[in-house]
Amino acid sequence: MTGAVGIEYTRVRELRGPLLFVEGVSGVGWDEFATIVLDSGGRRHGLVLEVDRDVAVVQVLEDTAGMNRTGTRVAFSGTPLRIPVGAGWLGRVCDGRGEPADGGPPVLGGSYAEVGGAPINPVRREPPDEAVLTGVGAVDVLTTLVRGQKLPVFSAAGLPHLELAVQIAAQATCAGEPFAVVFAGMGLTHADAAFVREGLAARSAARELVLFVNTADDPVIERLLTPRLALTVAEHLAFTEGRHVLVVMTDMTAYAEALREVSAARGEIPARRAYPGYLYSDLASLYERCGRIRGRPGSVTVLPVLTMPAGDITHPVPDLTGYITEGQIVLSAEVQAAGTHPPVDPLASLSRLMRKGTGAGRTRADHPAVAAQLIAALARSRQVRELADLIGRSALSPTDLRHLDLEEAFRHRFLAQGTDENRSLDDSLDRAWEVLLTLPRSQLGMLPAGLLDAHAPPRDQEAR
Amino acid sequence: MTTVGNPSSDSPDTRALPRITAGAAPDGADRPRILRVAGPLVEITCPPAVAMHDLVVLGAARLPGEVVAIHGDTATIEAYEYTGGLAPGHPAEPQGRPLSVRLAPDLLGGVFDGLLRPLAGIGDLLTAGETAAGEPERHTWSFTPRVAAGGSAAAGDVLGEIGAGVPLRLLVPPDLSGEVTWVAAAGDHPSDGVLAVVGGQEVRLEQTWPVRRPRPVARRLPADVPLNTGQRAVDLLFPVARGSTVAVPGGFGTGKTMLLQQIAKWCDADVIVYVGCGERGNEMADVIEELAELTDPRTGGRLAERTVTIANTSNMPMMAREAGVHTGATVAEYFRDMGLDVVLIADSTSRWAEALREFASRRGELPAEEGYPAGLASQLAAFYERAAAVRTLGGATGSVTVIGAVSPPGGDRTEPVTAHTERFVRCLWSLDRDLAYARHYPAVSWSESFSRDAAALAAAHARAGDAAWAERRGRVARQLAEADRLADLVELVGITALPPRERINVLAGRLLREAAIQQNALSPADAYSAPGKTAALVEAVLTVIDRCLELVDSGIPANAVEAVDFSPLLRARETAGPAETAPVTAARDSVLARLKEAA
Repeated sequence: MTGAVGIEYTRVRELRGPLLFVEGVSGVGWDEFATIVLDSGGRRHGLVLEVDRDVAVVQVLEDTAGMNRTGTRVAFSGTPLRIPVGAGWLGRVCDGRGEPADGGPPVLGGSYAEVGGAPINPVRREPPDEAVLTGVGAVDVLTTLVRGQKLPVFSAAGLPHLELAVQIAAQATCAGEPFAVVFAGMGLTHADAAFVREGLAARSAARELVLFVNTADDPVIERLLTPRLALTVAEHLAFTEGRHVLVVMTDMTAYAEALREVSAARGEIPARRAYPGYLYSDLASLYERCGRIRGRPGSVTVLPVLTMPAGDITHPVPDLTGYITEGQIVLSAEVQAAGTHPPVDPLASLSRLMRKGTGAGRTRADHPAVAAQLIAALARSRQVRELADLIGRSALSPTDLRHLDLEEAFRHRFLAQGTDENRSLDDSLDRAWEVLLTLPRSQLGMLPAGLLDAHAPPRDQEAR
Repeated sequence: MTTVGNPSSDSPDTRALPRITAGAAPDGADRPRILRVAGPLVEITCPPAVAMHDLVVLGAARLPGEVVAIHGDTATIEAYEYTGGLAPGHPAEPQGRPLSVRLAPDLLGGVFDGLLRPLAGIGDLLTAGETAAGEPERHTWSFTPRVAAGGSAAAGDVLGEIGAGVPLRLLVPPDLSGEVTWVAAAGDHPSDGVLAVVGGQEVRLEQTWPVRRPRPVARRLPADVPLNTGQRAVDLLFPVARGSTVAVPGGFGTGKTMLLQQIAKWCDADVIVYVGCGERGNEMADVIEELAELTDPRTGGRLAERTVTIANTSNMPMMAREAGVHTGATVAEYFRDMGLDVVLIADSTSRWAEALREFASRRGELPAEEGYPAGLASQLAAFYERAAAVRTLGGATGSVTVIGAVSPPGGDRTEPVTAHTERFVRCLWSLDRDLAYARHYPAVSWSESFSRDAAALAAAHARAGDAAWAERRGRVARQLAEADRLADLVELVGITALPPRERINVLAGRLLREAAIQQNALSPADAYSAPGKTAALVEAVLTVIDRCLELVDSGIPANAVEAVDFSPLLRARETAGPAETAPVTAARDSVLARLKEAA
């Protein structure tokens, strides 16, 4: 973190929550970065939320605890917050403000970038159409992650979203092209933070990982900065250095809570569930930083992870996220209770960009048809299961019973996967075929006959 | 009290923002200055001549903004760019005119931000300076005069025609009339060239117009000409007239954007104005690319050539999003005045309303429902009222149809934007999550949508020779409602417990949904359905249903009828091209023949 120290102001008028009001300022611009020195000599950092005549309102990232009106000095940098960017971040572990947490020296870079970023010109965007393979079958086959996409994981308390996020971060590849992962942890417990560091140690050692961790007992406001640092570092790695970068941000609910806290301290008019009215735009300012740019080799893919409070998908954080992102991977307590890992709900999950990112020349020629047929068959299986609950298994037709078998096979042969099992796409697709072929050929109408002939053993012809 | 330290030199890579000390403005104290900056809200000292909605240029970076309140000697400005670095004491320059946009035929095929600044030809990243630098692309147009020098012309009169894929005209501007003293010769002219002199004033193809002021018309006409969207669920059940208004509410994942993009591509309007308002960047990129590649079935040109795209994605400055819908309406009215039918698509009006809320909150306005300003309802109403079928000042007929997406938070239809919008629109295409989850697209719910244009359009169809249109629509609606009612029963008692006729009605619902209502946006044959094909599909399904009912009435068991292979009928929408009817009839006959075998 840089910031030239200019004039120091000492007339603190008010301290409230994370906000510091300083009087007598001159020429201080909105959104400038500020450095605050305490009586005790401690240094803190902040951003200008408002300037009204000679009063500046500063949001203090490390909170205002211990600050007083007489011994606090504030200096403004004259620019928005800028951080060094470059390959120097690779292999580093930092706290939520970007300060090294691995005992190494501060990260230096050849150039600096504003953490707020700048919107990508819509006409310069390249529509995403190549896959990121995660080695997780349920994701790769059914909700394929596409380079430049934003695809969130919707989870709930007690579900293994962090395990899934770490597995994806550890295994993801882009067909041998230069790749990196930027992992931003917000509000993680120390145990979770240790789990992330351990799970990604190999990737970090290979200098393919940047890790930012804001723990649950770190300053809450710092969380507003963490994803922006991660995205700024990622954008440079992608669009200047030509890497494909996957940005994992967890937990976005903790981020939104920090935003709400600042909003409340400022006395803003609350919208749904007391979140600020600009929650949508604020989340969009993070998620929309994904993408590809015409004529540049790299890509930024964003995988936000969020826990739905009380499992409620209509809660503002998942709801607004869903409006911005291109699909979602939904984890289900029901699948978890059945003992399957990862507990992905295939019917509620969707990748909107998958159509362009899969198929011949992208993944495998049979991929789109297999995925569509598997989803359709699972939807039918779910209906049949509900019917069986009502009227009993004995009243089901033979075809319906095969659908119940399909659901079993799906869970055990396809969905279930160890947290350290890196499954190739070919393996995953072959398993999908194996699951589909529990059904008679007549029920596989979405698969072209040529494909069926190649995969279905002749004994299945009897079902016609 | 203030300790003044030594201003240390900035590091080389730190771009210093301009610092102008308050109270020391070089041009004297009376020059307007900035007093307060809080995100997009800026307060300035206000000279007496400044009027509401005047354009103000802020700071050294010359950021555009608009006056939204005047209180004593301060004015509140809504800034249209990121205001980082703007500080009290920086200069502000009121421009003495409202926020206006440049209107010209060159807009067709272009992509713009919310203030109609071109996005093509500028950099990869949008910074304040970058967007302002975009130069309008000026084309050369072939002009054919339709008046001679010496005559007189009134506002809206046609001065000449412009050769283009879309029939364009040069009109006398709305506030001008008088003697035509000069007209340019036939030939190619740039859009900023003078083409005529009327009442002593030069008339060019390009002109400016304030975005918040609706362009005048002679009078409004009843909206009674159908807009064929090419989407069967809509054209069949909830049709919209040219000049009408539609809201499309739907939670995320229900296919709102997909439906609107389909309409932008295939509806039979002359000009489409597509306002991407606070939506996804990748989606915008996709629509821009697809429009550039697809061929317009009516003109043979590219679809992009009839489309003006306003792209204000969700991470672009929020207040430009607010202006964007008005900009779009102004562009639509400009083409309407040439006697064209224009469709204005706004995706999504909820994001626009959120921009209104955000700004009202920063201004400290008293909130009404869910923090939205009390004026939300009237602002929504005013926006939808810019739709109309009109007699233009020049005596031609034209129309602007407004289709606005609504994104209800949590799918809650009682939230203010959805609830108010429903009151102001003539058609509602409500998208249903259950249909979308069942991959039934477009997921237009037949139980929660409405069209108040249906009666007028039934008369229009009857005049056009399709007297059975209203009857067909009524029958389909009844059949779907009946099937829904029975589906609830079936869940309780099972299909075998129903009487034969009811079992056929359940089958009828499935056939209608899968053979006629569903549409595959990705299939070249099915993405667009001409009125003839839509009518043929519905007629085919209804004939088959009637035959099935006759069979069970004559004592054939319902399961024998259900066991018949209806797949030719279900595939007919794919086997017939967008405007073909013969394959549909053939499919119907093949199914009727199978039913005969079953009898």
